[in-house]
Amino acid sequence: MQTFDLQTGALRELNAALQAQKDDTNQKLWEVENPRGSHALAVGLDAPIDVRIKGSTGYYCAGMNKQANITIEGNAGPGLAENMMSGTVMVEGDASQYAGATGRGGLLVIKGNASSRCGISMKGIDIVVHGNIGHMSAFMAQKGNLVVLGDAGDALGDSLYEAKLFVRGEVKSLGADCIEKEMRAEHLKLLSELLKKAGSDAEPREFRRYGSARKLYNFDIDNASAY
Amino acid sequence: MTDENETNIPKTVPRQSWTFSPEVNAEIRRAAATGIYDIRGGGAKRHLPHFDDLLFLGASMSRYPLEGYRETCGTEVLLGTRHAKNPIKLDIPITIAGMSFGSLSGPAKEALGRGATDAGTSTTTGDGGMTEEERGHSKQLVYQYLPSRYGMNPDDLRRADAIEVVVGQGAKPGGGGMLLGQKINERVANMRDLPEGIDQRSACRHPDWTGPDDLEIKIMELREITGWRVPIYIKVGGARPYYDTALAVKAGADVVVLDGMQGGTAATQDIFIEHVGQPTLACIRPAVQALQDLGMHRKVQLVVSGGIRTGADVAKALALGADAVSIGTAALIALGDNDPKWEAEYQKLGSTAGAYDDWHEGKDPAGISTQDPELMKRLDPIAAGRRLSNYLKVLTLECQTLARACGHNHVNNLEPEDLCALTVEAAAMAQVPLAGTSWIPGK
Repeated sequence: MQTFDLQTGALRELNAALQAQKDDTNQKLWEVENPRGSHALAVGLDAPIDVRIKGSTGYYCAGMNKQANITIEGNAGPGLAENMMSGTVMVEGDASQYAGATGRGGLLVIKGNASSRCGISMKGIDIVVHGNIGHMSAFMAQKGNLVVLGDAGDALGDSLYEAKLFVRGEVKSLGADCIEKEMRAEHLKLLSELLKKAGSDAEPREFRRYGSARKLYNFDIDNASAY
Repeated sequence: MTDENETNIPKTVPRQSWTFSPEVNAEIRRAAATGIYDIRGGGAKRHLPHFDDLLFLGASMSRYPLEGYRETCGTEVLLGTRHAKNPIKLDIPITIAGMSFGSLSGPAKEALGRGATDAGTSTTTGDGGMTEEERGHSKQLVYQYLPSRYGMNPDDLRRADAIEVVVGQGAKPGGGGMLLGQKINERVANMRDLPEGIDQRSACRHPDWTGPDDLEIKIMELREITGWRVPIYIKVGGARPYYDTALAVKAGADVVVLDGMQGGTAATQDIFIEHVGQPTLACIRPAVQALQDLGMHRKVQLVVSGGIRTGADVAKALALGADAVSIGTAALIALGDNDPKWEAEYQKLGSTAGAYDDWHEGKDPAGISTQDPELMKRLDPIAAGRRLSNYLKVLTLECQTLARACGHNHVNNLEPEDLCALTVEAAAMAQVPLAGTSWIPGK
């Protein structure tokens, strides 16, 4: 195992070392000690390695991740796993706003709660939040799946496109053009797989599905009040 | 008392209202009939104070000029010297502004890359990701980081020679991108992760930061991902240029790109284009002042865009303190946009050459702002690239001509003292004396 202590080493040095790992690396396991809320920690990785961060992180941890499995043993600041491409990012605590923003692939698991705008503009990522999510989550979400085991705040899925939203608890309000949709067999199967990957034994049938009404896809003056 | 012969009584001439002009009335009728605001491409069309309102003084007794063709007048520019390991080195002080694939056809993006590379300058992606046509033909490519993040990925980020974080643009400060359904074909939809044929309205704010404090951290992330190798630009629309420039410097920009209201867009509301923002001329001096107040003028480079057409415009922007300029609309015209040879087709579309601005409809007869495969074929990217290269070289020669006439051996040595203004407004905005006086309004 490779161990890097951010109390004595520089962030640039750590990121450069992680980014230098290739597909065939034999340095598969990394541990980061004393993250001390550092920003931009473990960003731009592109190798099948496991990175365990022993504490809380600042902004944009695991940004643009490809392939790597990154675990945060603490809480994560804003923009966790933003624009993630693939791999897995898991935070054991809570995540601040914009978690998984614009993510294109991979799996983001938040064991605690996520703040506002979770999954904003998501483009293919799967996000599973074991707790609650804040307001304006999945705003303009384009693709991918957002699963929430707890409650969702105001304006869930405002102006969303083709992303699928699954919520087990209460939804305070839905955003423009977001509606509840029928939970069909294929959705239950998808949800079951996502829950399993995220380490949850929740029952898929307890969830409700939300998605786009597709009424705002092309401008119509009679929908002007929705904008 | 009346004329005995009533047929000789002079008639009142029908008078059109200045307020309710034929154009205004036509727009009212169009809005009433369709229920949608007018959307178009391009920049502000109204008359605005501009570089034409400035003149160079030229050398005489107090300064001596340089000999044209014999004495060197440098044009090279380094952009991104503040933090980046590899600053952008341009042979000429003119770059190609960000324009998206989607808004423009693949051949048009290729032509921009070819022309810019041949002339020794950079080109810029847009709100649609990086295409192979553009990357492959651009020696130096600036990758835009936009609120929509369409097509954004770390591989393209690392293939870029610079990154431009777009906060706003001159045609619509405070507004997001727009691409209507006609142009969202399969390739464009895939690149943007959107369903085909929808009206795409990009966000006007970035999804994962708000304000300059957050942006500072966002820029740090981008630098960490790219190994602090490439410059990071911040592009702002010409709204509050002093504060926007100062905050961009605070956020860590290597380069500030400042786009005035004549700067074009692929598509947005006409009301936005004509009524939001400030003319380019009014934006430059406050931005330069902000850089000077922070001790960062020439350390953080300033690129100005919005209505640059001639070498005189280039020279005037540089004299006011810019390090380089950027062109979009003029580059498209050089490629062949709005060429009178397509007049019959412009007429069929209800427009005329020079006025055609329905770029969002994707029916461009010149094959530039379209995704129609048949129309696209009309643009030969090699020939169009050559035209752009020629035009860029002419702009540079013109700029050098004026710099030499003012006694400068490098275009970046042009200074406000080389200029006077023809109007009080231009004198106030450019902060140079009104012609024939030593008066600068407000000074």
